[in-house]
Amino acid sequence: MSAPTYNFAYLDEQTKRMIRRAILKAIAIPGYQVPFASREMPMPYGWGTGGVQVTAAILGSADVLKVIDQGSDDTTNAVSIRKFFAKTAGVATTTRTAEATIIQTRHRIPEAPLAAHQVLVYQVPIPEPLRFLEPRETETRKMHALADYGLMHVKLYEDIARHGHIATTYAYPVKVDGRYVMDPSPTPKFDNPKMNQCAALQLFGAGREKRIYAIPPHTSVVSLDFEDHPFERYRFDAPCALCGASDGYLDEVITDDRGGRMFVCSDTDHCESRRDGAKSGTSASETVR
Amino acid sequence: MTMQTAAPEDDRPLLVAEGLSKSYGRHVGCRDVTFELYAGEVLAVVGESGSGKSTLLQVLSGQLEPSAGRVVYTMRDGVARDLASLGEAERRFLFRTDWGYVHQDPTLGLRMAVSAGANVGERLMAVGWRHYGRIRSAAVDWLDRVEIDRDRVDDAPKTYSGGMRQRLQIARNLVTRPRLVFMDEPTGGLDVSVQARLLDLLRGLVFELGLAVIIVTHDLAVARLLSHRTIVMKGGAVIESGLTDQVLDDPREAYTQLLVSSVLPA
Repeated sequence: MSAPTYNFAYLDEQTKRMIRRAILKAIAIPGYQVPFASREMPMPYGWGTGGVQVTAAILGSADVLKVIDQGSDDTTNAVSIRKFFAKTAGVATTTRTAEATIIQTRHRIPEAPLAAHQVLVYQVPIPEPLRFLEPRETETRKMHALADYGLMHVKLYEDIARHGHIATTYAYPVKVDGRYVMDPSPTPKFDNPKMNQCAALQLFGAGREKRIYAIPPHTSVVSLDFEDHPFERYRFDAPCALCGASDGYLDEVITDDRGGRMFVCSDTDHCESRRDGAKSGTSASETVR
Repeated sequence: MTMQTAAPEDDRPLLVAEGLSKSYGRHVGCRDVTFELYAGEVLAVVGESGSGKSTLLQVLSGQLEPSAGRVVYTMRDGVARDLASLGEAERRFLFRTDWGYVHQDPTLGLRMAVSAGANVGERLMAVGWRHYGRIRSAAVDWLDRVEIDRDRVDDAPKTYSGGMRQRLQIARNLVTRPRLVFMDEPTGGLDVSVQARLLDLLRGLVFELGLAVIIVTHDLAVARLLSHRTIVMKGGAVIESGLTDQVLDDPREAYTQLLVSSVLPA
Protein backbone atom coordinates (compact mmCIF):
# COMPACT_ATOMS: atom_id res chain seq x y z
CA MET A 1 0.00 0.00 0.00
CA SER A 2 1.28 3.39 -0.87
CA ALA A 3 -1.23 5.68 0.75
CA PRO A 4 -0.40 9.36 0.76
CA THR A 5 1.52 10.17 3.87
CA TYR A 6 0.26 13.67 4.37
CA ASN A 7 -3.07 15.45 4.07
CA PHE A 8 -3.96 18.90 5.31
CA ALA A 9 -5.36 18.76 8.86
CA TYR A 10 -4.84 15.03 9.37
CA LEU A 11 -8.11 13.65 7.95
CA ASP A 12 -8.37 12.58 4.31
CA GLU A 13 -10.58 14.64 2.02
CA GLN A 14 -13.35 12.06 1.71
CA THR A 15 -13.74 11.94 5.47
CA LYS A 16 -13.85 15.72 5.64
CA ARG A 17 -16.57 15.80 2.98
CA MET A 18 -18.58 13.29 4.99
CA ILE A 19 -18.20 15.38 8.14
CA ARG A 20 -19.06 18.59 6.27
CA ARG A 21 -22.24 17.00 4.97
CA ALA A 22 -23.19 16.12 8.54
CA ILE A 23 -22.38 19.67 9.65
CA LEU A 24 -24.54 21.18 6.90
CA LYS A 25 -27.42 18.98 7.88
CA ALA A 26 -26.92 19.89 11.54
CA ILE A 27 -27.01 23.59 10.69
CA ALA A 28 -30.16 23.08 8.66
CA ILE A 29 -31.92 21.42 11.62
CA PRO A 30 -30.75 23.36 14.70
CA GLY A 31 -30.24 21.15 17.74
CA TYR A 32 -30.82 17.87 15.88
CA GLN A 33 -28.18 15.20 16.40
CA VAL A 34 -26.84 14.09 13.02
CA PRO A 35 -25.09 10.71 12.96
CA PHE A 36 -21.71 10.64 11.24
CA ALA A 37 -19.00 8.07 10.64
CA SER A 38 -16.65 9.13 13.39
CA ARG A 39 -13.02 8.15 12.78
CA GLU A 40 -10.32 6.92 15.07
CA MET A 41 -8.19 9.87 16.08
CA PRO A 42 -4.67 9.79 17.53
CA MET A 43 -6.06 10.55 20.99
CA PRO A 44 -8.32 8.73 23.42
CA TYR A 45 -12.10 9.11 23.48
CA GLY A 46 -13.04 11.72 26.02
CA TRP A 47 -10.19 13.99 25.00
CA GLY A 48 -12.09 15.71 22.26
CA THR A 49 -12.08 13.33 19.29
CA GLY A 50 -15.42 14.73 18.11
CA GLY A 51 -14.33 18.35 18.38
CA VAL A 52 -11.04 17.62 16.63
CA GLN A 53 -12.82 15.98 13.68
CA VAL A 54 -15.20 18.94 13.30
CA THR A 55 -12.30 21.37 13.51
CA ALA A 56 -10.29 19.38 10.96
CA ALA A 57 -13.25 19.39 8.56
CA ILE A 58 -13.81 23.16 8.69
CA LEU A 59 -10.21 24.33 9.04
CA GLY A 60 -8.70 26.32 6.17
CA SER A 61 -5.09 27.44 5.77
CA ALA A 62 -6.01 31.06 6.58
CA ASP A 63 -7.77 30.19 9.84
CA VAL A 64 -6.44 31.15 13.25
CA LEU A 65 -7.09 28.48 15.85
CA LYS A 66 -7.63 28.85 19.58
CA VAL A 67 -8.21 25.83 21.85
CA ILE A 68 -9.44 26.05 25.41
CA ASP A 69 -10.05 23.48 28.09
CA GLN A 70 -12.09 24.71 31.07
CA GLY A 71 -11.59 28.21 29.72
CA SER A 72 -7.85 27.87 29.90
CA ASP A 73 -5.41 27.98 26.98
CA ASP A 74 -2.55 26.33 28.83
CA THR A 75 -3.84 22.98 30.07
CA THR A 76 -2.55 19.74 28.58
CA ASN A 77 -5.55 19.03 26.39
CA ALA A 78 -5.65 22.55 24.95
CA VAL A 79 -1.91 22.68 24.32
CA SER A 80 -1.77 19.32 22.58
CA ILE A 81 -4.75 19.91 20.32
CA ARG A 82 -3.33 23.31 19.36
CA LYS A 83 0.02 21.69 18.60
CA PHE A 84 -1.71 18.91 16.69
CA PHE A 85 -3.23 21.36 14.21
CA ALA A 86 -0.14 23.56 14.08
CA LYS A 87 1.74 20.46 12.98
CA THR A 88 -0.77 18.75 10.69
CA ALA A 89 -2.24 21.88 9.07
CA GLY A 90 0.39 24.52 9.66
CA VAL A 91 -2.27 27.02 10.68
CA ALA A 92 -1.67 29.99 12.95
CA THR A 93 -2.70 29.52 16.54
CA THR A 94 -3.53 32.06 19.18
CA THR A 95 -4.74 32.37 22.72
CA ARG A 96 -6.56 35.63 22.00
CA THR A 97 -10.30 35.15 21.63
CA ALA A 98 -10.69 38.18 19.39
CA GLU A 99 -7.97 37.03 16.97
CA ALA A 100 -9.25 33.48 16.53
CA THR A 101 -11.50 32.38 13.68
CA ILE A 102 -12.07 28.88 15.05
CA ILE A 103 -12.24 28.22 18.77
CA GLN A 104 -12.37 24.64 19.93
CA THR A 105 -13.58 24.28 23.49
CA ARG A 106 -14.32 21.83 26.20
CA HIS A 107 -16.76 23.25 28.79
CA ARG A 108 -16.44 27.00 28.52
CA ILE A 109 -17.64 29.67 26.16
CA PRO A 110 -15.20 32.61 26.13
CA GLU A 111 -16.27 35.64 28.16
CA ALA A 112 -15.59 38.02 25.27
CA PRO A 113 -18.54 38.20 22.89
CA LEU A 114 -18.06 36.19 19.70
CA ALA A 115 -18.40 37.68 16.25
CA ALA A 116 -19.96 36.53 13.00
CA HIS A 117 -16.68 35.41 11.44
CA GLN A 118 -15.92 33.04 14.30
CA VAL A 119 -16.89 29.38 14.79
CA LEU A 120 -17.09 27.76 18.20
CA VAL A 121 -16.48 23.99 18.19
CA TYR A 122 -17.52 22.04 21.29
CA GLN A 123 -16.14 18.68 22.39
CA VAL A 124 -19.11 16.65 23.50
CA PRO A 125 -18.93 13.49 25.61
CA ILE A 126 -22.67 12.65 25.75
CA PRO A 127 -24.86 14.31 23.12
CA GLU A 128 -28.16 12.81 24.26
CA PRO A 129 -29.90 15.00 26.87
CA LEU A 130 -32.39 12.24 27.69
CA ARG A 131 -29.76 9.53 28.14
CA PHE A 132 -29.97 9.14 31.90
CA LEU A 133 -33.74 9.40 31.92
CA GLU A 134 -34.46 6.99 29.10
CA PRO A 135 -31.67 4.53 28.35
CA ARG A 136 -33.14 3.19 25.10
CA GLU A 137 -31.70 5.06 22.13
CA THR A 138 -34.58 3.93 19.89
CA GLU A 139 -36.98 5.53 22.35
CA THR A 140 -35.07 8.81 22.77
CA ARG A 141 -34.92 9.23 18.99
CA LYS A 142 -38.66 8.78 18.85
CA MET A 143 -39.07 11.32 21.62
CA HIS A 144 -37.00 13.86 19.70
CA ALA A 145 -38.97 13.14 16.54
CA LEU A 146 -42.26 13.76 18.34
CA ALA A 147 -40.93 16.65 20.47
CA ASP A 148 -42.04 14.54 23.43
CA TYR A 149 -39.99 16.24 26.13
CA GLY A 150 -42.07 15.94 29.30
CA LEU A 151 -39.43 13.64 30.72
CA MET A 152 -36.82 16.40 30.74
CA HIS A 153 -38.96 18.32 33.18
CA VAL A 154 -39.27 15.24 35.36
CA LYS A 155 -35.54 15.57 35.94
CA LEU A 156 -35.81 19.25 36.81
CA TYR A 157 -38.80 18.50 39.07
CA GLU A 158 -36.71 15.88 40.81
CA ASP A 159 -33.94 18.43 41.37
CA ILE A 160 -36.30 20.86 43.05
CA ALA A 161 -37.94 18.12 45.13
CA ARG A 162 -34.54 17.05 46.44
CA HIS A 163 -32.60 20.27 46.68
CA GLY A 164 -35.17 23.05 46.73
CA HIS A 165 -33.86 24.50 43.49
CA ILE A 166 -32.77 23.25 40.07
CA ALA A 167 -29.43 21.79 41.06
CA THR A 168 -28.22 20.93 37.57
CA THR A 169 -25.16 23.12 37.14
CA TYR A 170 -23.68 21.83 33.90
CA ALA A 171 -25.05 20.07 30.84
CA TYR A 172 -28.17 22.08 31.54
CA PRO A 173 -30.77 21.19 28.88
CA VAL A 174 -31.78 23.86 26.38
CA LYS A 175 -34.42 24.08 23.69
CA VAL A 176 -33.00 25.22 20.37
CA ASP A 177 -35.11 27.30 17.99
CA GLY A 178 -38.27 26.24 19.82
CA ARG A 179 -37.94 22.65 18.66
CA TYR A 180 -35.15 20.29 19.70
CA VAL A 181 -34.01 19.81 23.28
CA MET A 182 -30.24 19.73 23.27
CA ASP A 183 -27.50 18.95 25.72
CA PRO A 184 -24.96 21.79 25.64
CA SER A 185 -22.49 19.17 26.88
CA PRO A 186 -20.50 19.85 30.01
CA THR A 187 -20.58 23.62 29.72
CA PRO A 188 -21.53 25.23 33.03
CA LYS A 189 -25.05 26.62 32.98
CA PHE A 190 -23.44 30.00 33.57
CA ASP A 191 -22.61 29.96 29.85
CA ASN A 192 -26.06 28.91 28.61
CA PRO A 193 -27.29 32.50 28.04
CA LYS A 194 -24.28 33.13 25.78
CA MET A 195 -25.54 30.50 23.34
CA ASN A 196 -28.74 32.42 22.79
CA GLN A 197 -28.69 34.63 19.66
CA CYS A 198 -24.93 34.19 19.44
CA ALA A 199 -23.41 35.81 16.35
CA ALA A 200 -20.96 32.95 15.83
CA LEU A 201 -21.75 29.51 14.45
CA GLN A 202 -21.66 26.85 17.19
CA LEU A 203 -20.81 23.25 16.24
CA PHE A 204 -20.87 20.25 18.55
CA GLY A 205 -18.94 17.05 17.86
CA ALA A 206 -19.24 13.81 19.83
CA GLY A 207 -16.59 11.34 18.62
CA ARG A 208 -17.39 8.26 20.62
CA GLU A 209 -21.15 8.69 20.17
CA LYS A 210 -20.75 9.61 16.48
CA ARG A 211 -23.04 12.63 16.53
CA ILE A 212 -22.74 16.19 15.27
CA TYR A 213 -25.17 18.99 16.07
CA ALA A 214 -25.20 22.74 15.64
CA ILE A 215 -26.64 26.08 16.61
CA PRO A 216 -26.64 28.45 13.63
CA PRO A 217 -25.87 32.13 14.29
CA HIS A 218 -28.66 34.21 15.83
CA THR A 219 -30.74 31.22 16.93
CA SER A 220 -32.84 31.20 20.07
CA VAL A 221 -31.54 28.91 22.80
CA VAL A 222 -33.75 28.69 25.86
CA SER A 223 -32.77 26.94 29.08
CA LEU A 224 -35.61 24.76 30.34
CA ASP A 225 -37.18 25.69 33.67
CA PHE A 226 -40.42 26.01 35.62
CA GLU A 227 -42.55 29.15 35.82
CA ASP A 228 -42.06 29.34 39.58
CA HIS A 229 -38.42 28.18 39.44
CA PRO A 230 -36.94 30.13 36.54
CA PHE A 231 -33.51 29.44 35.11
CA GLU A 232 -30.81 31.25 37.04
CA ARG A 233 -27.23 31.84 36.13
CA TYR A 234 -25.33 31.45 39.35
CA ARG A 235 -23.27 34.31 40.68
CA PHE A 236 -20.04 34.31 42.57
CA ASP A 237 -19.57 35.99 45.94
CA ALA A 238 -16.29 37.68 45.11
CA PRO A 239 -14.66 39.16 42.01
CA CYS A 240 -11.69 37.52 40.31
CA ALA A 241 -8.65 37.77 42.58
CA LEU A 242 -6.35 38.62 39.67
CA CYS A 243 -8.27 40.98 37.42
CA GLY A 244 -11.18 42.01 39.59
CA ALA A 245 -13.84 41.00 37.08
CA SER A 246 -17.17 40.46 38.76
CA ASP A 247 -19.09 39.18 35.75
CA GLY A 248 -17.03 36.14 34.85
CA TYR A 249 -16.99 32.46 35.67
CA LEU A 250 -14.46 31.73 38.41
CA ASP A 251 -12.27 28.74 39.24
CA GLU A 252 -11.24 27.91 42.76
CA VAL A 253 -7.47 27.58 43.08
CA ILE A 254 -5.94 26.01 46.17
CA THR A 255 -2.81 27.98 47.08
CA ASP A 256 -1.38 26.08 50.04
CA ASP A 257 -2.15 23.18 52.39
CA ARG A 258 -3.56 25.38 55.14
CA GLY A 259 -6.88 26.25 53.54
CA GLY A 260 -5.60 29.14 51.45
CA ARG A 261 -7.44 29.55 48.20
CA MET A 262 -8.39 32.12 45.66
CA PHE A 263 -11.02 32.53 42.99
CA VAL A 264 -9.78 33.52 39.56
CA CYS A 265 -11.29 33.82 36.09
CA SER A 266 -11.58 30.48 34.36
CA ASP A 267 -11.16 32.26 31.00
CA THR A 268 -7.41 32.92 31.12
CA ASP A 269 -7.36 35.11 28.02
CA HIS A 270 -10.15 37.28 29.39
CA CYS A 271 -8.30 37.64 32.68
CA GLU A 272 -4.96 38.48 31.05
CA SER A 273 -6.36 41.04 28.66
CA ARG A 274 -8.16 42.78 31.50
CA ARG A 275 -4.95 42.94 33.50
CA ASP A 276 -2.99 44.19 30.49
CA GLY A 277 -5.65 46.78 29.83
CA ALA A 278 -5.65 48.16 33.36
CA LYS A 279 -1.90 47.92 33.92
CA SER A 280 -1.63 49.77 37.19
CA GLY A 281 -5.24 49.40 38.15
CA THR A 282 -6.63 48.78 41.60
CA SER A 283 -6.49 45.05 41.07
CA ALA A 284 -6.84 42.96 44.16
CA SER A 285 -4.15 40.60 42.96
CA GLU A 286 -1.64 41.45 45.68
CA THR A 287 -4.09 41.45 48.52
CA VAL A 288 -4.95 37.79 48.29
CA ARG A 289 -2.40 35.35 49.43
CA MET B 1 -68.46 12.90 40.63
CA THR B 2 -69.04 14.95 37.49
CA MET B 3 -66.11 15.05 35.04
CA GLN B 4 -68.09 13.06 32.51
CA THR B 5 -67.52 16.20 30.47
CA ALA B 6 -67.80 15.89 26.73
CA ALA B 7 -69.38 12.46 26.81
CA PRO B 8 -73.02 13.30 26.58
CA GLU B 9 -75.42 10.51 27.36
CA ASP B 10 -75.57 9.46 23.76
CA ASP B 11 -75.78 5.91 22.57
CA ARG B 12 -72.36 5.76 21.07
CA PRO B 13 -69.95 3.32 22.65
CA LEU B 14 -66.59 4.62 23.89
CA LEU B 15 -64.66 1.72 22.41
CA VAL B 16 -65.63 -0.87 19.85
CA ALA B 17 -63.67 -4.02 19.09
CA GLU B 18 -64.57 -5.58 15.77
CA GLY B 19 -63.43 -9.09 14.96
CA LEU B 20 -60.06 -8.68 16.67
CA SER B 21 -57.55 -11.43 16.04
CA LYS B 22 -53.90 -11.65 16.83
CA SER B 23 -51.69 -14.53 15.91
CA TYR B 24 -48.03 -15.05 16.56
CA GLY B 25 -47.06 -17.08 13.54
CA ARG B 26 -49.04 -20.29 13.81
CA HIS B 27 -49.86 -19.69 17.43
CA VAL B 28 -53.13 -17.89 18.09
CA GLY B 29 -53.18 -15.11 20.71
CA CYS B 30 -56.80 -14.13 20.39
CA ARG B 31 -59.44 -14.83 17.79
CA ASP B 32 -62.37 -12.85 16.46
CA VAL B 33 -63.16 -10.82 19.58
CA THR B 34 -66.05 -8.39 19.23
CA PHE B 35 -67.57 -6.20 21.92
CA GLU B 36 -68.59 -2.67 22.76
CA LEU B 37 -67.66 -0.67 25.83
CA TYR B 38 -69.63 2.36 26.97
CA ALA B 39 -68.47 5.31 29.03
CA GLY B 40 -68.40 4.54 32.73
CA GLU B 41 -68.65 0.81 32.17
CA VAL B 42 -66.35 -1.75 33.76
CA LEU B 43 -65.63 -4.83 31.70
CA ALA B 44 -63.79 -7.82 33.15
CA VAL B 45 -61.92 -10.25 30.93
CA VAL B 46 -61.47 -13.56 32.74
CA GLY B 47 -59.94 -16.86 31.81
CA GLU B 48 -57.04 -19.06 32.75
CA SER B 49 -53.50 -18.06 31.93
CA GLY B 50 -52.68 -18.51 28.27
CA SER B 51 -56.26 -17.85 27.23
CA GLY B 52 -55.30 -14.66 25.37
CA LYS B 53 -56.43 -12.07 27.93
CA SER B 54 -53.24 -10.05 27.99
CA THR B 55 -52.84 -10.25 24.21
CA LEU B 56 -56.33 -8.88 23.87
CA LEU B 57 -55.56 -6.03 26.25
CA GLN B 58 -52.43 -5.09 24.36
CA VAL B 59 -54.25 -5.13 21.05
CA LEU B 60 -57.09 -3.03 22.46
CA SER B 61 -54.66 -0.46 23.85
CA GLY B 62 -52.78 -0.16 20.57
CA GLN B 63 -49.55 -1.70 21.83
CA LEU B 64 -49.88 -4.66 19.49
CA GLU B 65 -51.13 -4.49 15.96
CA PRO B 66 -54.08 -6.84 15.36
CA SER B 67 -53.71 -9.45 12.63
CA ALA B 68 -57.33 -8.83 11.72
CA GLY B 69 -60.16 -6.62 12.87
CA ARG B 70 -60.02 -3.13 14.30
CA VAL B 71 -60.51 -1.04 17.40
CA VAL B 72 -62.54 2.15 17.17
CA TYR B 73 -62.32 4.71 19.96
CA THR B 74 -64.47 7.78 20.46
CA MET B 75 -62.07 10.64 21.16
CA ARG B 76 -62.78 13.50 23.55
CA ASP B 77 -63.97 15.63 20.67
CA GLY B 78 -66.63 13.02 19.92
CA VAL B 79 -65.05 11.72 16.72
CA ALA B 80 -64.77 7.94 16.47
CA ARG B 81 -61.33 6.96 15.19
CA ASP B 82 -59.80 3.68 14.15
CA LEU B 83 -56.74 3.19 16.36
CA ALA B 84 -54.71 1.99 13.39
CA SER B 85 -55.28 5.35 11.69
CA LEU B 86 -53.77 7.35 14.55
CA GLY B 87 -50.26 8.65 14.13
CA GLU B 88 -47.60 7.84 16.69
CA ALA B 89 -47.87 11.31 18.26
CA GLU B 90 -51.66 11.09 18.54
CA ARG B 91 -51.44 7.62 20.03
CA ARG B 92 -48.94 8.75 22.63
CA PHE B 93 -51.05 11.75 23.49
CA LEU B 94 -54.14 9.56 23.85
CA PHE B 95 -52.18 7.18 26.03
CA ARG B 96 -51.14 9.83 28.48
CA THR B 97 -54.29 11.90 28.61
CA ASP B 98 -57.46 9.99 27.88
CA TRP B 99 -56.20 6.52 28.76
CA GLY B 100 -54.49 4.81 31.63
CA TYR B 101 -52.67 1.51 31.75
CA VAL B 102 -52.10 -0.25 35.04
CA HIS B 103 -49.52 -3.00 34.82
CA GLN B 104 -49.53 -6.05 37.02
CA ASP B 105 -45.92 -5.32 37.93
CA PRO B 106 -45.73 -1.71 39.17
CA THR B 107 -42.03 -1.51 38.26
CA LEU B 108 -43.14 -1.53 34.61
CA GLY B 109 -45.55 1.33 35.08
CA LEU B 110 -43.48 3.54 37.40
CA ARG B 111 -40.13 5.23 37.23
CA MET B 112 -38.59 3.53 40.20
CA ALA B 113 -35.69 5.93 40.68
CA VAL B 114 -37.57 9.24 40.73
CA SER B 115 -39.81 10.49 43.51
CA ALA B 116 -43.50 9.69 43.82
CA GLY B 117 -44.31 13.32 43.11
CA ALA B 118 -42.43 13.24 39.82
CA ASN B 119 -44.08 9.93 38.94
CA VAL B 120 -47.52 11.42 39.36
CA GLY B 121 -46.48 14.72 37.77
CA GLU B 122 -44.90 13.18 34.66
CA ARG B 123 -48.13 13.07 32.68
CA LEU B 124 -48.92 16.64 33.64
CA MET B 125 -45.49 17.81 32.53
CA ALA B 126 -45.86 15.84 29.31
CA VAL B 127 -49.04 17.74 28.48
CA GLY B 128 -47.38 21.06 29.15
CA TRP B 129 -47.63 21.89 32.86
CA ARG B 130 -44.67 24.08 33.72
CA HIS B 131 -45.45 25.27 37.24
CA TYR B 132 -43.63 23.29 39.91
CA GLY B 133 -45.94 24.32 42.76
CA ARG B 134 -49.08 23.33 40.91
CA ILE B 135 -47.63 20.02 39.72
CA ARG B 136 -46.56 19.20 43.22
CA SER B 137 -49.89 20.05 44.81
CA ALA B 138 -51.69 17.95 42.19
CA ALA B 139 -49.35 15.08 43.07
CA VAL B 140 -49.95 15.48 46.81
CA ASP B 141 -53.67 15.63 46.19
CA TRP B 142 -53.54 12.34 44.31
CA LEU B 143 -51.40 10.66 46.95
CA ASP B 144 -54.16 11.54 49.42
CA ARG B 145 -56.77 10.03 47.18
CA VAL B 146 -54.93 6.74 46.88
CA GLU B 147 -54.23 6.74 50.62
CA ILE B 148 -50.49 7.27 50.51
CA ASP B 149 -49.08 9.45 53.26
CA ARG B 150 -48.30 12.87 51.77
CA ASP B 151 -44.96 12.92 53.58
CA ARG B 152 -43.82 10.24 51.16
CA VAL B 153 -44.18 12.50 48.13
CA ASP B 154 -40.41 12.95 47.77
CA ASP B 155 -39.56 9.29 48.29
CA ALA B 156 -38.82 7.07 45.32
CA PRO B 157 -41.17 4.10 44.79
CA LYS B 158 -38.13 1.89 45.40
CA THR B 159 -38.79 2.53 49.08
CA TYR B 160 -42.51 1.69 48.83
CA SER B 161 -44.26 -1.56 49.66
CA GLY B 162 -45.94 -3.58 46.90
CA GLY B 163 -49.41 -2.29 47.72
CA MET B 164 -48.24 1.33 47.85
CA ARG B 165 -46.50 0.96 44.51
CA GLN B 166 -49.65 -0.30 42.93
CA ARG B 167 -51.67 2.57 44.40
CA LEU B 168 -49.05 5.04 43.19
CA GLN B 169 -49.29 3.55 39.72
CA ILE B 170 -53.02 4.11 39.80
CA ALA B 171 -52.59 7.73 40.90
CA ARG B 172 -50.06 8.29 38.13
CA ASN B 173 -52.57 7.05 35.59
CA LEU B 174 -55.57 8.93 36.88
CA VAL B 175 -53.98 12.36 37.29
CA THR B 176 -54.97 13.47 33.79
CA ARG B 177 -58.56 12.30 34.34
CA PRO B 178 -58.61 9.59 31.67
CA ARG B 179 -61.92 8.21 30.46
CA LEU B 180 -60.66 4.69 29.88
CA VAL B 181 -58.24 2.65 31.98
CA PHE B 182 -56.76 -0.71 31.03
CA MET B 183 -55.78 -2.90 33.96
CA ASP B 184 -53.73 -6.05 33.65
CA GLU B 185 -54.15 -8.12 36.81
CA PRO B 186 -53.80 -5.06 39.08
CA THR B 187 -54.10 -7.17 42.22
CA GLY B 188 -51.79 -9.96 41.13
CA GLY B 189 -48.77 -10.48 43.33
CA LEU B 190 -50.29 -8.75 46.35
CA ASP B 191 -51.28 -10.52 49.54
CA VAL B 192 -54.95 -10.92 50.32
CA SER B 193 -55.49 -8.07 52.76
CA VAL B 194 -53.63 -5.64 50.52
CA GLN B 195 -55.69 -6.85 47.58
CA ALA B 196 -58.89 -6.15 49.44
CA ARG B 197 -57.81 -2.62 50.25
CA LEU B 198 -56.72 -1.95 46.68
CA LEU B 199 -59.98 -3.27 45.27
CA ASP B 200 -61.92 -1.11 47.68
CA LEU B 201 -59.97 1.92 46.58
CA LEU B 202 -60.31 1.08 42.90
CA ARG B 203 -64.03 0.61 43.20
CA GLY B 204 -64.38 3.99 44.88
CA LEU B 205 -62.30 5.79 42.25
CA VAL B 206 -63.98 4.07 39.32
CA PHE B 207 -67.42 5.11 40.45
CA GLU B 208 -66.38 8.56 41.60
CA LEU B 209 -64.66 9.41 38.33
CA GLY B 210 -67.05 7.51 36.09
CA LEU B 211 -64.17 5.62 34.49
CA ALA B 212 -64.58 3.04 31.82
CA VAL B 213 -62.30 0.13 32.68
CA ILE B 214 -61.19 -3.01 30.90
CA ILE B 215 -59.74 -5.24 33.57
CA VAL B 216 -57.98 -8.48 32.86
CA THR B 217 -57.97 -10.92 35.71
CA HIS B 218 -57.94 -14.60 36.53
CA ASP B 219 -59.47 -13.81 39.92
CA LEU B 220 -63.23 -14.11 39.67
CA ALA B 221 -63.67 -12.23 42.94
CA VAL B 222 -62.10 -9.17 41.32
CA ALA B 223 -64.47 -9.44 38.39
CA ARG B 224 -67.43 -9.82 40.74
CA LEU B 225 -66.46 -6.85 42.86
CA LEU B 226 -65.58 -4.33 40.15
CA SER B 227 -67.19 -5.14 36.87
CA HIS B 228 -70.57 -4.66 35.29
CA ARG B 229 -69.98 -7.05 32.47
CA THR B 230 -67.68 -10.03 32.05
CA ILE B 231 -66.32 -11.85 29.07
CA VAL B 232 -64.82 -15.29 29.46
CA MET B 233 -61.94 -16.34 27.22
CA LYS B 234 -60.59 -19.74 26.38
CA GLY B 235 -58.01 -20.64 23.79
CA GLY B 236 -57.99 -17.09 22.47
CA ALA B 237 -61.73 -16.90 21.83
CA VAL B 238 -64.59 -15.37 23.80
CA ILE B 239 -66.80 -18.25 24.86
CA GLU B 240 -69.27 -16.43 27.04
CA SER B 241 -70.20 -12.84 27.83
CA GLY B 242 -72.87 -11.01 29.71
CA LEU B 243 -73.65 -9.23 32.95
CA THR B 244 -71.12 -10.22 35.59
CA ASP B 245 -73.67 -11.59 38.03
CA GLN B 246 -75.32 -13.56 35.29
CA VAL B 247 -72.09 -15.06 34.00
CA LEU B 248 -70.77 -15.95 37.43
CA ASP B 249 -74.00 -17.12 39.04
CA ASP B 250 -75.52 -18.86 36.08
CA PRO B 251 -72.76 -19.86 33.71
CA ARG B 252 -73.87 -21.35 30.46
CA GLU B 253 -70.69 -22.85 29.06
CA ALA B 254 -69.19 -25.95 30.58
CA TYR B 255 -65.81 -24.24 30.84
CA THR B 256 -67.24 -21.25 32.70
CA GLN B 257 -69.04 -23.59 35.07
CA LEU B 258 -65.73 -25.28 35.72
CA LEU B 259 -64.01 -21.96 36.25
CA VAL B 260 -66.64 -20.73 38.68
CA SER B 261 -66.74 -23.96 40.64
CA SER B 262 -62.99 -24.12 40.87
CA VAL B 263 -62.83 -21.12 43.19
CA LEU B 264 -61.92 -22.17 46.69
CA PRO B 265 -64.67 -21.39 49.19
CA ALA B 266 -63.63 -18.42 51.28
